[in-house]
Amino acid sequence: MLFKPIHQSYGDFSIERDPQRCIGCQVCLRQCSYGVHQYNDRLCELTQDESRCVGCHRCEALCPTGALTIRRTPSDFRENALWEPTYIKNIYKQAATGGVLLTGMGNPAPYPIYWDRMLLDASQVTNPSIDPLREPMELKTFLGCRPDALEVEYDGGVPRLKTRFTPQLELDYPLLFSAMSYGSINLNVHKGLARAAEACGILYNTGEGGLHPSLYTYGKNTIVQVASGRFGVHADYLRAGAAVEIKIGQGAKPGIGGHLPGEKIGREISLTRMIPEGSDAISPAPHHDIYSIEDLRQLIYALKEATDYEKPVFVKIAAVHNSAAIASGMVRAGADVICLDGFRGGTGAAPTMIRNNVGIPVELALASVDDRLRQEGIRNQASIVVAGGIRCSADVVKAIALGADAVYIGTAALIAVGCTLCQRCYTGKCPWGIATNDPYLAKRVHPDIAAEKLTNLVKAWGHEIQEMLGGMGINALESLRGNRDKLRAVGLHPAEMEVLGIKPAGG
Amino acid sequence: MSAIQQRKRKRVVPIEEACIGCRLCEVACVTEHSRSKDPVRAFKEENPRPRPRNVLEERGHESFSLSCRHCTEPHCVDACIAGAMVRDSETGRVIHHPEKCVGCWSCVMNCPFGAIHMDRERSVIYKCDLCPERERPACVDACPNRALILIEVEE
Amino acid sequence: MGYVIIGNCIAAVGAVEGIRRHDTRTPITILSKEPYPAYGRPLIANYLKGKVAESEIALRSPDFYESHGVEVHLGCPATTIRTGQRQVVAEGGMAFPYERLLIATGGDPFLPPIAGLEGPNVHTFVTLDDAKALRQEAPSLRRVVVVGGGLIGLKAAESLHDLGIQVTIVELADRILSLAFDEVAGRLIAHRLSEIGIQIITENTVEEILRQRDGTINGARLKDGNILACDAVVVAIGVRPNIAVVEGTEIQTQRGILVDEYMETNVPGIYAAGDVAEAKDWHFAEWRVVPIWPNAYRQGMVAGQNMAGQRISFSGSIPMNSIAFYGIPTISVGVTNPPDDGSYEVHISLTEEEKSYRKLVFKDGTLVGAVLVGRVERAGILTGLIREKRPAEGFKEALLKEDLSYLDLPRPLRKEKLGLPTEEVPFGVRAG
Repeated sequence: MLFKPIHQSYGDFSIERDPQRCIGCQVCLRQCSYGVHQYNDRLCELTQDESRCVGCHRCEALCPTGALTIRRTPSDFRENALWEPTYIKNIYKQAATGGVLLTGMGNPAPYPIYWDRMLLDASQVTNPSIDPLREPMELKTFLGCRPDALEVEYDGGVPRLKTRFTPQLELDYPLLFSAMSYGSINLNVHKGLARAAEACGILYNTGEGGLHPSLYTYGKNTIVQVASGRFGVHADYLRAGAAVEIKIGQGAKPGIGGHLPGEKIGREISLTRMIPEGSDAISPAPHHDIYSIEDLRQLIYALKEATDYEKPVFVKIAAVHNSAAIASGMVRAGADVICLDGFRGGTGAAPTMIRNNVGIPVELALASVDDRLRQEGIRNQASIVVAGGIRCSADVVKAIALGADAVYIGTAALIAVGCTLCQRCYTGKCPWGIATNDPYLAKRVHPDIAAEKLTNLVKAWGHEIQEMLGGMGINALESLRGNRDKLRAVGLHPAEMEVLGIKPAGG
Repeated sequence: MSAIQQRKRKRVVPIEEACIGCRLCEVACVTEHSRSKDPVRAFKEENPRPRPRNVLEERGHESFSLSCRHCTEPHCVDACIAGAMVRDSETGRVIHHPEKCVGCWSCVMNCPFGAIHMDRERSVIYKCDLCPERERPACVDACPNRALILIEVEE
Repeated sequence: MGYVIIGNCIAAVGAVEGIRRHDTRTPITILSKEPYPAYGRPLIANYLKGKVAESEIALRSPDFYESHGVEVHLGCPATTIRTGQRQVVAEGGMAFPYERLLIATGGDPFLPPIAGLEGPNVHTFVTLDDAKALRQEAPSLRRVVVVGGGLIGLKAAESLHDLGIQVTIVELADRILSLAFDEVAGRLIAHRLSEIGIQIITENTVEEILRQRDGTINGARLKDGNILACDAVVVAIGVRPNIAVVEGTEIQTQRGILVDEYMETNVPGIYAAGDVAEAKDWHFAEWRVVPIWPNAYRQGMVAGQNMAGQRISFSGSIPMNSIAFYGIPTISVGVTNPPDDGSYEVHISLTEEEKSYRKLVFKDGTLVGAVLVGRVERAGILTGLIREKRPAEGFKEALLKEDLSYLDLPRPLRKEKLGLPTEEVPFGVRAG
């Protein structure tokens, strides 16, 4: 194409515009933030530069006459099982720019998805199934440290709990919205998440972007995050939430930090993050005060001290090879909740190589961590929350059967508000108005609509979870936790089944 | 003569924080005021093509779709020399009869919202009629982001 | 007993609609001098040139009087008001008792002392009958002199020109439209009229109408001695409030009938509205007659509602005019010819070749007047600011733009005007 470097010429998508239906209204042109659609006012016709199309489908979704279809049509290179077009194009790009390949959202590569290799049990004859429409079905979930034993005392013959609990979070569903910072996503999405969390009786997580003043009102449904950049962290912030999360690592980019470019740091974000307007927000790869479990313990207790021991402290790590040993250390360091973020976890920006090649599946990490904590007799001291690639309510049920107390949903939440996984979050031009702070684009997420959609999603999953529990003859989620007998493997290697702690189907 | 009573009046309220500037409201308006009520035919076959009576006002990232407010004390009705602009006391709608309009633009001069538009070729004005055949105006139904909401106000 | 309205034009229509907002029972009687249901008076120009038929100029639907419970007496002018007995006497002696009375008699054309004025072929141009008379005569006319270059004169000239008659406008001032418009707007319109072939003579006037033996007109002698050959003369140098009906009563008058902000005269129960009323001016806060259409309707509406027991004040008359001569829309609102004493700030943009002109007049940071020629889209935004006396600091320049948008108003102002909450509630934090 004219005036374009070669590496930008191989488009991934084609735009089919039905000339009989196109009315020239230019809604597509206005909606596209990548400049794909163009209007020829002499011919009164729309044309397109398909090489710019990222496949977000925004134009297709808003076209009033259904005149547009976006198709995946990468130009064909000669077939080569080793050199797939992606690799060729990546090399062209890097040869042209000398830069690191960037991407967004979670690992899309065709690694095994263990959720899809595990099947759930159901009651037949010998144990009755339960109809959740007729009988109570408890999804209530508590997160936090449980005592080793309960002490009960009698006060004039009336039993009373003597044991004092450390702070607990009470959730109406075993779900939390994952950490996504204000900055990586905009305030409208945050408002939607906060309001949905309140409406559903669950929590959302600020991510490492601080808490916008207008959202303090949702404090009891907020987990405030403390990460390596310490952006937006101050005493009121820590006290504003219902829990504090220390982020050590992220599933999409284990071992590296975050980077929000300066041009995204507008006035409101700068105030919230407490950094100068226009300056890059760079989160270091490690916390510079944490080089050991002992150091982690110091931070955990510093945060507990700062919040008067009233809020549980979460510690989140990326799921990596020795997660089990690390998790054990985290519990011993005083974490009330440990979060495992699998390699499918999303991100606003990550180097493609890291995202696609680092970390392990959260299913395996969860099973090994749960096992390890049980073996060490400290499983009660912390709850486990898993994140990274939870796509549906069945994934939630399987995660809980594997040993999780609750799950974080991030990508699913964004899809609920419109995300089409085009993986271009890092450009700041999100046409769906999610991963952008451009005021023109950000308006595309209406907080009311976002809150309603997220609420609907959580409630829908809640209904499905109840149905699945009922089918298994279980009337409380608590009875499923770590109940791996309810899972069977299909098409898995014995070694994988051993890690997962489940039997083969039929076995 | 009808009895005097408190009535609910329909109003379309633009929410500028939510307006994404897509102009689907205009497409919907054109479609609703076309003969076919089909967007493809309205835009491609009908001549003259109906004009959108709501207009997207846009300055940078700020935008909203503005249409006749159907004021309780409409200045346009005061100003109409032809009896073409009248306020229906039953529905509270400000109704324009194009067949009576003489294109003097007095209403254009008087509308404090700039919501009355000029068809200079045919020398008549056009403006929002609140879609009398619909329960909710077409623009409200078409807005993908709730930037146009229908409210009912007591008068 | 009930409401009596003298007059049957737009102020009367406004009054009927105003009364019926609050009182659907008490009968209303209208005494109309003219034998027609209320019609759009400015439309007589369109009628004259044959663009609209008589049946098409009615202001309201044919069942208007009946559906509003109005007994209308057409061709029944009121002659006197007996305030003591609360009666209006109509021509022929019939008396109409009233509880509340509205005088909406409008204005009468002013006829200056011109020699030869008496006789055939001299016309005024205010009523439908005037237009009918001219229309009847038009086929035999070749040349017409219009005395007066105001709005009425120009509209008459335009219609006559469209009928194929050669028209000359004679104006005493140094330019046409000197009252309603400023010099540039007047010049642009004059230029357009000359272009299409209407002759304009300024700083001159008709001193004598020349007649043949049979009494028909064959010319007009001007002040400068020149003689214009013509077959008819249209006199359009203005109207005067028609206050004859209150003569001999205690109702106070100056130029028109004096009313307070509730449109009530000094005699309780008697109101006046429209071109006959002298009400408080919006800008100078003086009493004056502002003979413009929207003003008449609004005054009628206010008077009507107050007659029905409300207490609504009239916010003042803003002079404003919108005309479209041969495709050049032209609008003037408020103060358009401010005195050059430094107390006004004037912003102007002019592209003469495109016949586009905008002039905004500010006083103490508030918009008080506007003249627009060519691009008049959204002019009402300016009128609204003038009417509401909104300080325009910070967005003056935006108002001068041809593509003026409602979005050019500051956000709190535009929200307030739309009736939306203006305090900074963070959007979307709680369900809207």
